[in-house]
Amino acid sequence: MFNYLFVVLIVVTIFIYFYSKKYSIKIRNQSGYLHSLPQYYGFYASLWFLIPSLIIIGLYLIFAESFVTSTLIKSLPNNIKNLPVNELNLVVNDIKNLAVGNIANSSSFTGINEAANFYNEQYELIDKVVFYSSLIMGLLTFTYAYKTISSSYRARNFIESAIHILLFGSAVIAIFVTAGILLSVLFEALRFFDVINFSEFLFGLSWSPQMAIREGQVGSSGLFGAVPLFAGTILISLIALILAVPIGLLTAIYLSEYADTKVRAITKPILEILSGIPTVVYGFFAVITVAPFIRNTGSFLGLDIASESALGVGLVMGIMIIPLVSSLSDDVISSVPQSMREGSYGLGATKSETIKKVILPAALPGIIGGILLAASRAIGETMIVVMAAGLSAKLSFNPIDAVTTVTVQIVTLLTGDQEFDSPKTLAAFALGLTLFVFTLFLNFIALKIVRKYREQYE
Amino acid sequence: MSNTSITEIVNKNLQTRYKKEARFRRYGQLSIFIAVTFLFIFFTSIISKGYSAFYQAEIFLKIELQQEFIDPDNTNDLEEIRYGDFDGIINESLYSLFPEITKRSDKRELRDLMSSGASIKIQQLVLEDLSLIGKTINIWLPLDDEVDMLIKGNIDVNLPEQSRRISDLQISSIETLQTQGLIKNKFNKTLFVSGDSRESEQAGILGALVGSALMLTITFLIAFPLGVSAAIYLEEFAPKNRFIDFIEVNINNLAAVPSIIYGLLGLAVFINYAGMPRSAPLVGGLVLALMTFPVIIIAARASLQSVPPSIRDAALGVGASKMQSIFDHILPLALPGILTGSIIGMARALGESAPLIMIGMVAFVVDIPTSPLDSSAALPVQVYLWADSPERGFAEKTSAAIMVLLMFLLLMNSLAIWLRNKYEIKW
Repeated sequence: MFNYLFVVLIVVTIFIYFYSKKYSIKIRNQSGYLHSLPQYYGFYASLWFLIPSLIIIGLYLIFAESFVTSTLIKSLPNNIKNLPVNELNLVVNDIKNLAVGNIANSSSFTGINEAANFYNEQYELIDKVVFYSSLIMGLLTFTYAYKTISSSYRARNFIESAIHILLFGSAVIAIFVTAGILLSVLFEALRFFDVINFSEFLFGLSWSPQMAIREGQVGSSGLFGAVPLFAGTILISLIALILAVPIGLLTAIYLSEYADTKVRAITKPILEILSGIPTVVYGFFAVITVAPFIRNTGSFLGLDIASESALGVGLVMGIMIIPLVSSLSDDVISSVPQSMREGSYGLGATKSETIKKVILPAALPGIIGGILLAASRAIGETMIVVMAAGLSAKLSFNPIDAVTTVTVQIVTLLTGDQEFDSPKTLAAFALGLTLFVFTLFLNFIALKIVRKYREQYE
Repeated sequence: MSNTSITEIVNKNLQTRYKKEARFRRYGQLSIFIAVTFLFIFFTSIISKGYSAFYQAEIFLKIELQQEFIDPDNTNDLEEIRYGDFDGIINESLYSLFPEITKRSDKRELRDLMSSGASIKIQQLVLEDLSLIGKTINIWLPLDDEVDMLIKGNIDVNLPEQSRRISDLQISSIETLQTQGLIKNKFNKTLFVSGDSRESEQAGILGALVGSALMLTITFLIAFPLGVSAAIYLEEFAPKNRFIDFIEVNINNLAAVPSIIYGLLGLAVFINYAGMPRSAPLVGGLVLALMTFPVIIIAARASLQSVPPSIRDAALGVGASKMQSIFDHILPLALPGILTGSIIGMARALGESAPLIMIGMVAFVVDIPTSPLDSSAALPVQVYLWADSPERGFAEKTSAAIMVLLMFLLLMNSLAIWLRNKYEIKW
């Protein structure tokens, strides 16, 4: 039905476009003047047709379901209508399943088949109403627009303001996405904090999100203290940064200060390849190559290193963020004005002295901004830790222990079959909220520093 | 007097200062060397583990398609034939190669050499051409993944028999078959033409490839027009006020939000609120579109900025309206740059798996999806799923899937570079 409607709409729109265009050409030939080019009149008339019809279809998509459901409930016999809301919803779901032809529990009450038929009939009726009303509405508005076409009508201005609104709307979507993220995560997190105390979540020292299967089971309440997760996340990110910052920074310095164009031409693409590798691939690399290597080295040295050690995960994550650190630092270092270098050389400093005493201090804020961005990337990184880090929450700062992270727990809590409103699943959203707020904070600061720094030398 | 002393001091320190200089330089070289080494180790490890998945051990059998196994009642009915005992036929042929093996348990071990995909292959042959029934055919059939692993040398035959999944009898019979030239490594077509499977020798990546392709199409169709429009607005029309500043802050932050958060958004909004189906490429495409949207805006803005103002002035000078100057003159010139940035953003979306896991794309899906509403896998998620499988055969499959994924990323990035080099204008 709807595919059909869309085809009809498209065909009519195209027809209207050419029809109106032709009409405007006729006007131009008759009066010798037309304010805008003919195609603008075509677009103008087809917009007037399309938009009202689309609005009606949009309203249908939003309201039809709840409207049909409420008429369905009104039509049900009294004894069912007066059931408590939960049971009523179950019955309604049964009817709907039956109506679309799924296997349903058809024994829930006598007359369910009639109800399902009624539901289908209602839907068919509404479909028909929408089909014709959207076409008629569109044709009415089109007729109005068609009548306004004249040699002095400014169709181009109309189209241009329509495009202007469209462009503005696209830019505003960015706000909607942020708001969407914040609200969706926030609402579920608030439901979680109804059950679990906020301070217990933020400062609690043990994490074991097991919920009771039966009443009164031992440890049935589940422990939702997220400190071990925060500690694990910070530990792994710290290891990653310890590896990535010196290597990334030195690479950037060498590339921008020492290397000739040939070395740059080879090294830059290599770093770009490193940054383009999907994180799931890094995760596999961590599991299959790095973790066994570290464990074997450990047992060779007489150390008992967990095969999911924070060290291995951190190292691989470090490799992942080297290109990020180096490209951000490279930008910052190259934007230090040449005059500062020349001033330093003029005083007799060597290249490395210039770099250490002049360029790095000047570039420091930008570099710190870059490191903060890299840190936020490491904290939010998911696949490497999901594949290679531990699952059990252990409060430890020992790099050879297996620790777990916030993102690992989000994934573990949300994969598998769970009912959606148990604290266990909601906990994932509370963790997501924490992660979002924290990385947002880091990014905000970092971007601010970088921007301020850039302004300083521009 | 004092002059000489300063010169002396400087000269005395010069050696150490030069040494320091050289040392600092070496640190830089060292760190580049380390980064390159990582990349080298990375590729060696993936390729050395994965190349063997592109071929697979197959056995050459002479198969008698006997009527009493396939269609005992001579019904000629396709439904009857579908349930024919094709395993029996293969087993008969296998037993005939080893007349000395008679014990029931030994026969079972022999039987276990074959992949369960072998009988499906015969079944399809027969269903396509019923006249084959009663004839004898010579055919290459897939072997079990454990046998495959043995032939590729991934199983230690020196272990005691109890601790390997392949018995002494099986090993010796495989060796006999190999000396007779009946076992060969063949190109593993299955990997590219079938969906996921619990048996590693029958598992393929086509389902995941199609899923990823559907998703990327949706992502591009949504994120590209929206991103370019937003960039045009911000670059060409936006007034300078706090609201626009707020939008810009939002975009910059969205580009840095961890991808898993987008997954949570998709789960809460698209699946729980809007009731869209789980593990569908439609939802995945939407989530990836939201993720790619800010990336495309940033790339498109940079590209629009690089078009010199003289172009705009010329267009306005000959009487174009502002909208016309943008859409007819500036946008076409900026488009190669925009496309380059967008393709790189799309490549990132292709490799993304965390948000897809959140919206349930970790389901085990055998069928190849045919519409964006079907359940489906995605290439990076397939890598994740296979990497988690304990069976040995999946380890090389994972590496192979990674190689395919990296190849696609390489293709996309090369396309972007090619576009940039061909169409970019240096002003």
